[in-house]
Amino acid sequence: MRVPISWIKDFVDIDIPVELLAERLTVAGLEVAQVQYIGLPQTDVPGVRMPRADHLVWDREKLLLGRIVEVKAHPNADRLVLALVDYGGEALEQCVTGATNLFGYKDQGEITPPIWGAFAMEGAVVWDGHSEKARHMTLKGKELRGIYNRSMVCSEKELGISDEHEGVIILDHDDRYAAGTPLADILGDVVLDIEFTPNLARCFSMIGVAREIAAILGCEMRYPSFEFVAEGETIAGQVCIEIREPALNPRFTLTLLRDTEVKPSPFWLRHRLKLIGQRPRNNIVDVTNYITFEVGQPLHAFDYDKLADRAGGTPTIITRLPEPGEKLETLDDVERDLGAETILVADTAGALAVGGVIGGGETEISDSTRNVLLEGAAWNNINIRKTIKDQRVYTEASARFSRGVHPSQAILGSTRGIELMRQLGGGIVARGVVDAYPNPPETVRIELPITRVTRLLGMEVTIERAADVLRRLEFEVDIRGDVIVATAPDHRLDISADSVVGQADLLEEIARVIGYDQIPDTIMADEMPPQWENTDLYIEERIRDALAGMGLFEVINYRFTNRDTEAMLVPDGVASSLPDADYVEIVNPSASDRNVLRHTLMTNMLETAGNNASYQETQQVFEVGKVYLQGAETLPDEPLHVGILLTGRRHTSSWQDADESQVALDFFDMKGIVENLLHDLHIGEFDYSKGGHCGLHPGRSADILLRGKCIGSFGEVHPQVAERFKLTNDKVIYAELEVAPLVRHHRRLHAIEPLPTSPAILEDIALIVDGTVAANEVEAVIRQAGGRLLKSARLFDVYTGDPIPPGKKSLAYALTYQDPERTLTDKNAAKIRKKIIGATRHRLGAELRS
Amino acid sequence: MSNTIELIREEALASILDVNSSDALVEWRSRFIGRKGAVNGLFNTIGTLPRDERAAFGQRVNALQSKLTEAYDKREALIRQRALAMDLEDGDIDISLPAHPRPKGGLHPSTRTHREFQKIWADMGFHVYQSFDVEEDDFNFTLLNLPPHHPARDMQDTFYTANPKVLLRTHTSPGQIRAMRELGAGGSQPIRVILPGMCYRQEQVTARSEIQFTQVEGLAIGRNIRMSDLKGTIAEFAKRIYNPNAKVRYRASYFPFTEPSMEVDVECFLCDGEGCRVCKYTGWLEIAGSGMVHPTVLRNGGYDPNVWSGFAFGMGPERITMLKHGIQDIRYFWGNDLRFLKQF
Repeated sequence: MRVPISWIKDFVDIDIPVELLAERLTVAGLEVAQVQYIGLPQTDVPGVRMPRADHLVWDREKLLLGRIVEVKAHPNADRLVLALVDYGGEALEQCVTGATNLFGYKDQGEITPPIWGAFAMEGAVVWDGHSEKARHMTLKGKELRGIYNRSMVCSEKELGISDEHEGVIILDHDDRYAAGTPLADILGDVVLDIEFTPNLARCFSMIGVAREIAAILGCEMRYPSFEFVAEGETIAGQVCIEIREPALNPRFTLTLLRDTEVKPSPFWLRHRLKLIGQRPRNNIVDVTNYITFEVGQPLHAFDYDKLADRAGGTPTIITRLPEPGEKLETLDDVERDLGAETILVADTAGALAVGGVIGGGETEISDSTRNVLLEGAAWNNINIRKTIKDQRVYTEASARFSRGVHPSQAILGSTRGIELMRQLGGGIVARGVVDAYPNPPETVRIELPITRVTRLLGMEVTIERAADVLRRLEFEVDIRGDVIVATAPDHRLDISADSVVGQADLLEEIARVIGYDQIPDTIMADEMPPQWENTDLYIEERIRDALAGMGLFEVINYRFTNRDTEAMLVPDGVASSLPDADYVEIVNPSASDRNVLRHTLMTNMLETAGNNASYQETQQVFEVGKVYLQGAETLPDEPLHVGILLTGRRHTSSWQDADESQVALDFFDMKGIVENLLHDLHIGEFDYSKGGHCGLHPGRSADILLRGKCIGSFGEVHPQVAERFKLTNDKVIYAELEVAPLVRHHRRLHAIEPLPTSPAILEDIALIVDGTVAANEVEAVIRQAGGRLLKSARLFDVYTGDPIPPGKKSLAYALTYQDPERTLTDKNAAKIRKKIIGATRHRLGAELRS
Repeated sequence: MSNTIELIREEALASILDVNSSDALVEWRSRFIGRKGAVNGLFNTIGTLPRDERAAFGQRVNALQSKLTEAYDKREALIRQRALAMDLEDGDIDISLPAHPRPKGGLHPSTRTHREFQKIWADMGFHVYQSFDVEEDDFNFTLLNLPPHHPARDMQDTFYTANPKVLLRTHTSPGQIRAMRELGAGGSQPIRVILPGMCYRQEQVTARSEIQFTQVEGLAIGRNIRMSDLKGTIAEFAKRIYNPNAKVRYRASYFPFTEPSMEVDVECFLCDGEGCRVCKYTGWLEIAGSGMVHPTVLRNGGYDPNVWSGFAFGMGPERITMLKHGIQDIRYFWGNDLRFLKQF
């Protein structure tokens, strides 16, 4: 809400710089998002940080209040006139101006009563009114169609008040100001743009903000008068009220003004409305808006005669829920289907307005309105919120009622509103107010021991100090021993009647007004909670470290996908191996292709690979993230998975080894990563079986078995899947593992092997076996035969082709024999070797390649 | 024979002066002092000499051998010295040639920031408690003092699931209730946890807003947790994550699940509070929302709010990461462009 300081000063005197005020408001919870200066300079306040304002500061010598004494025709131009202005100087100053709103005074002699304008003398800096772009100009003397001119009367645009440049400013007469008064003293202003959190509904008006300022600064709050001059017939009998839903409409008040005149509002009212961003309409409608912003009580004005016509006599205002299928055309020319819960203001002939939200077109104020019936009502804020959502209509009224306006405010708005209408438009106000108040809120009284304040804030606060703060906020306060008994003021709906919650509400008020900066910074002295270790997180982070350490980059993907994209992982004619669970389905997705939560990391990973493909010659990436498997329970399982993707070149190309860098990453690179990862977690007992993941190539993939149970798969992405994801340039290798089994089986404690003190004997053997024999079988036989003294058997070459017979392959192993306790002899080694050769021949039909 | 010794000595000592490479040196050695060299040849002739000459001859051959070995050692040292000098003189490489790329991986910037957070909070006794991404409406809202139609529900645009009572958490706060119920032992144990995790909001994806983002929530519950503790704890964090002299500002604010509520700003570290584009010329950066745990929330977690109190805070690691690295576009985080990820 835009808050002009000039308006606030109606209610509270502010004796600190506005910049400091903005800071104090901000730290007290009324966040000042922006400060707009009109004509006044910005002040540097030590300790307060403010964005530097780039605005026009009005020259106190050259921008002055001027009385426009007479307007004469320009001898050489029809579209210009000469205004004679008394600006407090020795002689009248003649300004050449094209201001259309002065043309009516042309050649009429001295203007009475006098009119007042914003006068600028030679040398004054103003905004260039004729420029589309905002830019400053300095007023210089020059001839305008043959008449020398060195001054001007200004439009709002030229002073930076608004964009209006049709006519010049014509101010109301004000006894306080004589010609020559600096304009800065009259129209100079600062407008604070304040953002209100939902608990600050009570502040959503000038009075609401002024009340906070008075409490924060500790100064006096001056309320406006809520008295009204009523000299007409009593209102009773001229209109009736019937409230059918007191829960939704706790209060409804009406006042009546007869024989008034609908016309433009005076300058001051139009000016204030413009400052807060409202468009002036006419004096009646302007007052309803003005009171909405000043008191915080939205009002609605009806044309009384139209109501009387509809009723065929005395109108009765009925507030009720709609009939089935009922419709209403509102002020914004929208015909609205009214939802079953939309509270209406109606009469005996039908709906008139959507209660607390927007008026109807038929009974609105027109230029010919003579008699005004003014509504000030209270509405249930939750119901208004539903209506806003349902009807998609946001008004200043609904903005306030949806946050909550205390019913006590209804009468204040009505009385102040009707009096202002009378003052501006004339007429006679009917005596009394029709006030139906079937559902007043309970008075809230809270007992707050001062010890609780001290304990929860961690700061000594005397009971007098706390009581003083609450009184400043208009609580009624009694001190009984060391307990504060506080009764909430009747503009507040945010203090809970629940004793401990109400205490917290008061505590916040006390802390906020004293200032959070006054509370000391302390270190928790409270008892330490039981300590425990988060193993899941430890392993999760170990996995990240291990993979990053192997040269992989971590990615984090959206957890959203859609069914069709995941279905792309199942090639034609292949049974799905994806989790057999339901999806968590988003009913209001941000995009239709993000309407479920993923079952696998694979689609996201393949998409990421595709996105990066054009920039990267190699991609080695991983993600550790959740998948979401909906079962019978209310909430889905959210198991953590790790996905790894490799594609492109094994080595980044380099000038040193151009050939090597052409080698593509393959299955065995991934196998190395998987094994390193498992070794890093000291998981020894794993095994592989032929791959069963539908998204991977059936002949070039493997399942990872941990104690016989599959915990994940890896391998080349199935060619059809790769094609669907447009990853056809390079082979893509993918792995996905569940993290939970890794957590379960990782070993925190593992014994190391002592370093051998005796030398090892190294030798190579090459075995020729059938092409179908798996390498791990050969290795298993070698290890078994080699026994304890065979330290390692590393496959270093696989060869097929001449001279190896067709259908056979040669596997070459580097063997290391070592006895930790003694030095082996060649004889010992030969014995082991013989055993190995014998066993492989016997069990695998292997022959030694000579 | 003694002539022969002299001849060999002269020849050897003369020819070694022409030896200028280690290959030539090896050749010289085998010619004169190797196994089949001239000196050994002399030793082999000892048996042919008269018995009484043998000792003297042997001594002279020994002397020759020492002499030549000494010459050899000297020459070898010289050659090595020359080779070293030559290598140092002429062996320069072009150090401006590009490096050989070593495999290098890295953690996602979000992970890095989370770890930094976790480290700091762990030092202050806060454990990590992980909760669900997919939550019940009750936990995300109602139990946190946000009943249906509460105005503050408008502050958050929620992704709802096919089950109307289940949604994607809009903040990490529902974990507060779960942590209290799981760790609080029926409201009888103090708690200090942080709750990191992914949160979701139904928003337009722009440079400034994302449909998923991470948060770190903190919760301390005890019999004597004070608002001053909240201030002290957050200030300590701000100092650790930004700089030891960071100025901190506390503003009253509103969150349904805390009261009193407080926003925490830290002096903009990019401009030292002078005002810049990043802090929108205010000199302050918002780093956390916080407050004393609302009595209703304590109750919903199983604690008696007359006896127990607590504080809670929430922070956005992405925002802090963006500030620290001058990242202008939040979409970089889940865009996973390796050109971005490789910069960390």
